[in-house]
Amino acid sequence: MPKGRPTLICGGAGCGKTLLAMEFLVRGVTQFNEPGVFMAFEETAKDLTQNIASLGFDLKDLIAQKKIVVDVVFIERSEIDESGEYDLEGLFIRLGHAIDSIGAKRVVLDTVEALFAGLPNPAILRAELRRLFRWLKDKGVTAIITGERGEGMLTRQGLEEYVSDCVIVLDHRVSEQTSSRRLRVVKYRGSTHGTNEYPFLIDEDGISVLPVTSLALRHIVSSERVSTGIARLDAMLGGKGYYRGSSVLVSGTAGTGKSSIAAHFADAACRRGERVIYFSFEESPSQTLRNMRSIGIDLQPWVKKGLLLLHANRPSFAGLETHLVMKHKVINDFKPQVVILDPLNSFVIGGNEISVQSMFMRLLDFLKTKQITALFTNLTLGGSVLEETEIGISSLIDTWLVLRAIDSGGERNRGLSIRKSRGMAHSNQVREFLLTDHGVELRDVYVGASGVLTGSARLTQEAQDQALQVLRKQEIERRQLELKSKHQALEAQIVGLRAEFEVGKTESLRITGQEQAQGAQLAQGRADMALSREEDVAANNPKRGSP
Amino acid sequence: MKANATKRAPRRIKTARRVAAATRYILILYVAGQSPKSVNAIANIKKICEEHLQGRYQLDVVDLYQQPQLAQGEQIIALPTLLRKLPSPLRRIIGDLSNTGRVLVGLDLRSKA
Repeated sequence: MPKGRPTLICGGAGCGKTLLAMEFLVRGVTQFNEPGVFMAFEETAKDLTQNIASLGFDLKDLIAQKKIVVDVVFIERSEIDESGEYDLEGLFIRLGHAIDSIGAKRVVLDTVEALFAGLPNPAILRAELRRLFRWLKDKGVTAIITGERGEGMLTRQGLEEYVSDCVIVLDHRVSEQTSSRRLRVVKYRGSTHGTNEYPFLIDEDGISVLPVTSLALRHIVSSERVSTGIARLDAMLGGKGYYRGSSVLVSGTAGTGKSSIAAHFADAACRRGERVIYFSFEESPSQTLRNMRSIGIDLQPWVKKGLLLLHANRPSFAGLETHLVMKHKVINDFKPQVVILDPLNSFVIGGNEISVQSMFMRLLDFLKTKQITALFTNLTLGGSVLEETEIGISSLIDTWLVLRAIDSGGERNRGLSIRKSRGMAHSNQVREFLLTDHGVELRDVYVGASGVLTGSARLTQEAQDQALQVLRKQEIERRQLELKSKHQALEAQIVGLRAEFEVGKTESLRITGQEQAQGAQLAQGRADMALSREEDVAANNPKRGSP
Repeated sequence: MKANATKRAPRRIKTARRVAAATRYILILYVAGQSPKSVNAIANIKKICEEHLQGRYQLDVVDLYQQPQLAQGEQIIALPTLLRKLPSPLRRIIGDLSNTGRVLVGLDLRSKA
């Protein structure tokens, strides 16, 4: 707020003006050591103390320490008569006295318009108020003036004409049965200010305003990868898992196991010693813990160690803006490295997809600037897988895992595929997604002649395959045996033939021998005959020699 | 109740007149230093007191610049303010008291008629 100048805060009844003013004072004391004066025109000191105590501030203590002075101005209209000219110097004196007594730097006037009901002459009142604001400026105190919302004007009495340096409007509206609080800086002389409406919420710590998220897309990203908690899934994501600080969406129809993937991721992160917040919008923390135990993920030790925070509430509990501010608060307090939101679609109530998308865009932006890895789950309706989530955030997401139910042969199995994953190579295969009692398992699907099979169909097919295998093996063995026996037969034949051949050979050798012997004998006989005939050997020789 | 009120009203006026004749008035005038209104108020009230309350009044003039802490106790916002402490009930008149008639009515020294 502008220092040393008055600021006007206006709004309807119950918007939180007094609270804002009180918090301004009290924090001035506790955090900046600036004493303050609270001039109340409508509430009694006792009421104030009680109201402030509900926020955790102890007013009595601060008054005792002389850090805060509460001056209650009470005007009883019926007591007053007017005679002649007057001014409000009494007010100035009181205020001056209060400021000087503790050296206050901050002043709250709540709400000055009550004077108009008490004092008879509005013209004098206006002139004096104008004088008062100038006087406050001269005193060098930073003042907050509160005013009721008027018809057609910012305040009922038109105070905004006098307090022209800074005007803040508080709004409390109800839309679709949920209420939301907004604040808007209407005017702020001498500074550039955001002119949009900003949501805020009032809780046990006072007022928290949603910080201005710069939607300028200037985040610095990391190249570090974090494991998903499921080894096979890491393998599908280029071998290492998600990028740190990226956003992951797990979408699927009912009962496909989205929360289980989220739980694995939480478990893996906690093992690495990182802090995780699990925002749940449909289940209570104990329900989540129980369900995850049934698949073998025990998150209880992480909760005990303080690494895992389970935060659950229903979306219908408050407006979207309130939810956003609440999450900001929880995230800023806990400082996690991983944030899980399960499931997103529960925020879509009655056609407000655009507002939901805007809220998530801001949340994502916030998480990215803090380099927090975010995992969202989303329920998709209908049997076919949509090309876009119904709240249209798929374009904001870095990694999108789709869980599909595969119906076949009278049963329903689950398949997981990676729709997209920016910045990394990823598998395009559908894997069968099984929830076992030791966690999530991913198995290859069977791709056979009849298409993709999963579940029991796969098992049947596998059994069939095995049987076929066995048959084939047997066939092969049989043939081999056949071959062997043929070979043996052949061998036997050969042996037989050889034996025959041997016999033949012996026989023919014998015959040849015999004939040779006969021939020799004949030759001998002839020679003998020749000798006996005493032929002229020489005379016969040429005859013999001629043929 | 209404019947009682009408019965009481004339009685009250009578009492007031009787009281006005006899009782002591304690008046405190709060002023802011020597501003013109303050000076006028002091002069005016002194005149009224001498005229109508001769001998049975007690008038205190408090300068809030000198004693600012008194403003809070008596819920003084406007200045000058005249407080009638006695007789009760407490009456408050703001202004420099130049309208004598109104002052008298306010102090119950004259009926509104």
